[in-house]
Amino acid sequence: MLDDKDRIFKNLYGQGDWGLEGARSRGSWDGTKAILDKGRDAIVAEVKASGLRGRGGAGFPTGVKWSFMPKAIGDRPHYLVVNADESEPGTCKDREIMRHDPHLLVEGCLIAGRSMDCRSGYIYVRGEFIRERQRLQAAIDQAYEAKLIGKDNIHGYDFDLYVHHGAGAYICGEEMALLESLEGKKGQPRLKPPFPANMGLYGCPTTVNNVESIAVVPDIMRRGATWFAGIGRPNNTGTKLFCISGHVERPCTVEEAMGIPVRELIDTHCGGVRGGWDNLLAIIPGGSSMPLIPASQCDELKMDFDGCAALKSSLGTAAVIVMDKSTDIIRAMARISYFYKHESCGQCTPCREGMGWMWRVLTRMADGRAQKREIDMLFDVTKQIEGHTICAFGDGAAWPVQGLLRHFRPEIERRIDEYTRNADRSGAVQVAAE
Amino acid sequence: MSVRRLAPADKQPKDFAFTKENLAWAEKQIAKYPTGRQQSAIIPLLWRAQEQNGGWLPEAAIRHVSEMLGMAHIRALEVATFYTMFLLEPCGKKAHVQVCGTTPCMLRGAQAIFDVCKRRIHHDPGHVSAGGDFSWEEVECLGACVNAPMVLIWNDTYEDLTADSFEKVLDGFAKGQPVKPGPQVDRQLSAPVGGQTTLKSVKA
Repeated sequence: MLDDKDRIFKNLYGQGDWGLEGARSRGSWDGTKAILDKGRDAIVAEVKASGLRGRGGAGFPTGVKWSFMPKAIGDRPHYLVVNADESEPGTCKDREIMRHDPHLLVEGCLIAGRSMDCRSGYIYVRGEFIRERQRLQAAIDQAYEAKLIGKDNIHGYDFDLYVHHGAGAYICGEEMALLESLEGKKGQPRLKPPFPANMGLYGCPTTVNNVESIAVVPDIMRRGATWFAGIGRPNNTGTKLFCISGHVERPCTVEEAMGIPVRELIDTHCGGVRGGWDNLLAIIPGGSSMPLIPASQCDELKMDFDGCAALKSSLGTAAVIVMDKSTDIIRAMARISYFYKHESCGQCTPCREGMGWMWRVLTRMADGRAQKREIDMLFDVTKQIEGHTICAFGDGAAWPVQGLLRHFRPEIERRIDEYTRNADRSGAVQVAAE
Repeated sequence: MSVRRLAPADKQPKDFAFTKENLAWAEKQIAKYPTGRQQSAIIPLLWRAQEQNGGWLPEAAIRHVSEMLGMAHIRALEVATFYTMFLLEPCGKKAHVQVCGTTPCMLRGAQAIFDVCKRRIHHDPGHVSAGGDFSWEEVECLGACVNAPMVLIWNDTYEDLTADSFEKVLDGFAKGQPVKPGPQVDRQLSAPVGGQTTLKSVKA
């Protein structure tokens, strides 16, 4: 288990003071000026050396992303945008950062802003996080008050930070949709290229980072890249907030080292799977967009980017959704498909039409009201959606269905058999168990 | 995608204007964005208009905001209909209950919460209860998955619910004395029930 002294989010459960005094007592805002004075190249180099990979789902190296920004300011200002539109089902980590350790994020924004010559930053909080948004705003107000950020602050680097919010659209977590939304439009993703580092917010160079990626930066700068890189495995370094939900005894959010075996994670912090490890059916390792992993493979699963990729899934946001043997797996996946149907922005035809189609077919399959050839047809349709849309939403909706078909095809066939057998049987109709 | 339309004409108020306080607040919001980019403020402004109007967004308010921001009316309508937290129909006066029904909540028993809503409020989502005090809808993941199942009412979340504790939450709103938001079981927010497994050596 990760040692408490190596944890970054020391007020994760809100047991202490979230405010400036509390944050200072936990080490925030200490020597920030010295960090900023190192200059942009040194900060980017340090973050690169730490091996930090983006915590929003895709896992792109944060330092490399920062280095894409133009080296000098031209006639357009640079913007930092923080993606706090945390809506991936299963994920509730940024929420804890914003309401219990907001100063980590505020300080991280200043440092990240310095490293890309940004003079202003926007934090886009999802609409549903109302108290979190108020708390974050209060922390920013404290930082302005104490002259930590803003014009003529004590750090000698002018930087303004604003909180913006959405109003209930999952798609605004996609960086291009987020920028559209921030400009006051419908959240429909733009085509890439041009990439945001070239043409982002208001047509200016912009970098969009996840809350957790930004919030760990002050600690990386203070404790050094080697400390961060020493936790976890090569290429999968550092600590990570894991959110374990579903059928465990005690669901929780916890900070752990990358690469922790999933069984250790669940047994140590959540009191194990409901009914014991042998009662496990499957887990989704990284939020609803990622393919599920059946119990038979969970013994060897290490919770990091490479560990999940080895089992044809992905770490995503590290939101572990646990399902025990009482779960109706087809219905659970159909509900995920309903989520995507509801949240599709409607811009690309394969996604807009395909989401509803997949949901309807899966709903029938949950009852067994389907034909076996439709299983292959469903797989074929997921392949036609994947990679054929402007943004990655289509991929993220197709993968969980592919995961279901890959690992639970016999269950779908069994249910179809059951249903057709019922068709010409007298007596009570057997219905698949919930 | 969700197709949403404005409330029928007979439910729509004729006029809408921000109160003085809200107008001053709106101007501060607009100042957050660069000159000429005031359109960026549309979501916060529509949100405030919805709050001022008792929880739902009438057509007059959308028009009012679009004029304030110098936007074409249709662009503001697009925003109001795209984002699902803008309620386009009147909702319950005492509480509009948003129940999360996505898989993590579903696995922990969100169905029991829906059953209570159907019994106590209205059989169908999006309808106001007989007395006009309550309404409910099913929403997608609200981002409190380790505290599932949960609901959002106005600005606060009520987490770790059972059918019984959810009834108490509704009773609280009916009486005008809402219960304490957050987990409805003995638990420190997102820490495991029974106590933290980490950060024990960090003093609060």
